[in-house]
Amino acid sequence: METTSFLPLLIIFSSLLPGTLILMLREDQSALRTFLNLFGAVAKVGLIAWVFAGYLRGEEYGFILPLAPDLAFVLRVDQLGLFFASLSSVLWLVTTLYAIGYLEGGKHRRRFFAFFSFCVTAATGIALSGNVITFFIFYEFLTLSTYPLVVHSGTDKAVNAGRTYLWYTIGGGTILFLGVVALFVVAGPISFGQTEVIASLASVNPTQLTIIFFLMLTGLAVKAAIFPLHGWLPISMVAPAPVSALLHAVAVVKAGAFGIIRLVYDVYGIEVAEQLNLLTPLAVFAAFTIIYGSVRALFQDDFKKRLAFSTVSQLSYISLGVAITGVLSSAGAIVHLVHQGIMKITMFFAAGNVAETYGYKKISELDGIGRRMPLTMGVFTIAVFGMIGLPPVAGFISKWYLGLGAVEAGSYWVVLVLLGSSALNAAYFLPIVYRAWFCEPEHEAAPLRQIGRLETQALLLIPVIVTGILSLAAGVFAAMAGSPLSIAREIAEKLYLL
Amino acid sequence: MTDLPTSPFPALLVGLPFLLATLSLFFSSKGKAVVGLIGSFLTALLAIVAFVEVTQQGTVIHILGGWEPPLGILLRMDSLAAVFIGMTALVGVFISLYARGYFRAQEDSSEGFPLFWPLWLFLWAGLNGLFLSNDLFNLFVTIEVIGICAVALAVLSGKKAALFAGLRYLLAAITGSMAYLFGVALIYGSTGTLDLALLGQVLEPGPTTTFALLVITPGLMIKMAGFPFHFWLPPAHSSAPAPVSALLSALVVKGAFYILLRLWTEVFGVSLTFAAGQLIGVAGAVAVIWGSWQAFMQTSLKLIVAHSSVAQLGYLLLVFPLLVLAPGVTADSADWLSPAWTAGVYQVIAHAFAKASFFLSAGIIIMAMGHDRIESFRDLAARMPMTVMAIGLAGVSLIGLPPSGGFMAKWNLLQGIFLSGQWWWAPAVLGGSLLTASYVFMLMRLAFAPARKKEPLRPVPFRLQVFALLLALGSFLIILPAESLIQFLESSQIFGSGIESIVEGGVYGND
Repeated sequence: METTSFLPLLIIFSSLLPGTLILMLREDQSALRTFLNLFGAVAKVGLIAWVFAGYLRGEEYGFILPLAPDLAFVLRVDQLGLFFASLSSVLWLVTTLYAIGYLEGGKHRRRFFAFFSFCVTAATGIALSGNVITFFIFYEFLTLSTYPLVVHSGTDKAVNAGRTYLWYTIGGGTILFLGVVALFVVAGPISFGQTEVIASLASVNPTQLTIIFFLMLTGLAVKAAIFPLHGWLPISMVAPAPVSALLHAVAVVKAGAFGIIRLVYDVYGIEVAEQLNLLTPLAVFAAFTIIYGSVRALFQDDFKKRLAFSTVSQLSYISLGVAITGVLSSAGAIVHLVHQGIMKITMFFAAGNVAETYGYKKISELDGIGRRMPLTMGVFTIAVFGMIGLPPVAGFISKWYLGLGAVEAGSYWVVLVLLGSSALNAAYFLPIVYRAWFCEPEHEAAPLRQIGRLETQALLLIPVIVTGILSLAAGVFAAMAGSPLSIAREIAEKLYLL
Repeated sequence: MTDLPTSPFPALLVGLPFLLATLSLFFSSKGKAVVGLIGSFLTALLAIVAFVEVTQQGTVIHILGGWEPPLGILLRMDSLAAVFIGMTALVGVFISLYARGYFRAQEDSSEGFPLFWPLWLFLWAGLNGLFLSNDLFNLFVTIEVIGICAVALAVLSGKKAALFAGLRYLLAAITGSMAYLFGVALIYGSTGTLDLALLGQVLEPGPTTTFALLVITPGLMIKMAGFPFHFWLPPAHSSAPAPVSALLSALVVKGAFYILLRLWTEVFGVSLTFAAGQLIGVAGAVAVIWGSWQAFMQTSLKLIVAHSSVAQLGYLLLVFPLLVLAPGVTADSADWLSPAWTAGVYQVIAHAFAKASFFLSAGIIIMAMGHDRIESFRDLAARMPMTVMAIGLAGVSLIGLPPSGGFMAKWNLLQGIFLSGQWWWAPAVLGGSLLTASYVFMLMRLAFAPARKKEPLRPVPFRLQVFALLLALGSFLIILPAESLIQFLESSQIFGSGIESIVEGGVYGND
């Protein structure tokens, strides 16, 4: 086993501690709160970069805390985990900046930022979990820490959305729990990457393993918003924009998708999954969700709701990529974790900017908004092209690899799904772009906020530009070493060498 | 038994609170509170020292006055007793601290309930005595002491509702005791001994033993409010003052569970049947579902918490079916037993912390609002964030989400369920979790919802909120020593010589 290191624990604490401290502050100590927030966010990015560098040098980091006989809390660093941790820490930093601007002068900011930090603690915890049980602990922690964020505004609508959110996630968590215990009883404690344990059992009790796989998959599919378990996602759109951004791009949905990746690649292993024929149902459901989400998105006039259904659709690309065996589709699935994250967060920031600056929440109100908010809508347009899959934006890379993978595996129907989805993406996103740039506004509304010389507040504008540039850069520089794609390819190639 | 190391602590653990309780009777109202608080600290300190001694020396005994059994009384402190005593001490000290502040804040109306303190110390002495008892008759005496103190505490407020509830509680408690005593008499008549360890060796299966089991078990189930004998608990626990509710729910009912666990594992090993286990399991499963559902349907906070106790105690009953394997199933080893019964102990500890915190928080809210209709929860997250946090954390532990003590309990329980092949209990465990989640999050949802009209809050001492929150945090922190604690518990050999028959499935189990 690797040497014990407190670095992974430190990464967790870099947001857990600021969160706890913020909870103890008074509501009016906003300077100190902002400092703690940013300090934690920067420290987390720095620590993850440090660990990543160490990992590439060949060092191993692990932290083990035994909880009960055979039951240990394990944090371990591997490439896939670091990949996800980097994504969440960078996007957390950006979102923190955005949230500070967004919530300026709002109520209950202490509670908001504390649970915001807990939420990211859970996301990085999920990334660095070394075994199934640790993953489960953080997975449930994520549910609990996002609840106060969803109901943050305290309106009846928000509170009801919170209830729906909990029904789905606690229900999913319970099913996952059943699967986790059953797996523990059948196979003992399993660390991620120890696929040989299941492989040795696959011929002994295939039925049990199949049932356990689908129990766990169902639990994870709730957060990954796979049809028919996606219902919470569009409803929890009542949350403030930074929360939606975080839920959709970084934390909750990605926890589900990441969990599915772990389950298939690092617990069961691709060979066993194929041998027991576990992946076909996943592929079918994921493909259906892709089309279904896009079709539903077509009919939404609420800006954030349309984005939400788009998330339902886009997220299943990851599950679909996992369900098709082959290096290329695996790389496509893994890289889409990041690509979908940066593109979707850009879109939510943009939607939040429009809503905060001019109060427009409906797509039909967006006529001519591009001229008044050129930068915001400019990066939004980039993200739209990415979602549709136009080169050279990040989304193109994901779709290209998924398509190649499907052809390689002989699943030509997947290519059709991808093409159909692209057409639908264009059908529901391009009207927004068209309205923003080419339609004349009916009347010029005055901005709701003091915006100064910029098109909106700097703290709202900078994050969206940063993530917009990232989504372009991830596509343009995809071939370079250190790009998300190159890392995803490395991970995928390692998977198939084993 | 008598060759074990002796120690003065078992005697002190009973004697000290008893003495201080008697002493406090001679003081004025204020003096009673001071003596009571000092007594709580001393007893808790003693308990911790004794706990440490058992971790180092293993089981210790004390022979009262040098009179060897069967004439004298032998107190035995093994790891199971030590864990229960330690839990009582930790939870008890927080409740004492809270009670001091709580009663002081209400002094004008009730003169601070001075009798709380002697009764609570007598109760504590009774609990410690119960955990330390090594024979059936001592168990009877201690559970009577506990029952009488508990009823007296429950009617402390003197309100009509409390008196009615207290009377019901008293009748239930007496019925339970009588049933238990009847069973003890049967066993004594057939074996001539009351010593638990000895009984485990000499007790022979037969109609008398079976009948004794059949009267003792329901008797104790009445005492621990196991379904369908739970009717007395919600009114009694909800009408008492907050610190008393916390004591009753967190500690008192656990005493009866302790005896039941001891008797099933140590004494009745030979005559357990699969059917008897399943019957208790059904009672537990129904309690889990029905109790949680009832909690969900209540509209006043303390009744929610009280019904939740019925459900949480149901989980304890689910331990018993796991002790007996199904006919035709033989275990190679006793692997499945350890997670099964340590799940019960962890559930006891986690519930003690969480439920104490829950009741204390309810007391805070009642103090601030003047009533406990859950409508008053609206907008509470903004107005009393600390208390809402405490309720949220305690609730999460009751649901059994990680990383709480309740999670540890459910994890081990499910493991025991799967390992013993009795998978049919799993839906009850998980369904109970979901129902628990629904009433906990119903409260949370209200706490975040906007208030219809803002009622002014009465001031609540800040430290009361701190104690409630600390107990809630405690229900999470207890997962940290889980590995060593479970190993410590496993060293107690609570199965005695009954283990062989249990592994074989009981006499009627596998023939």
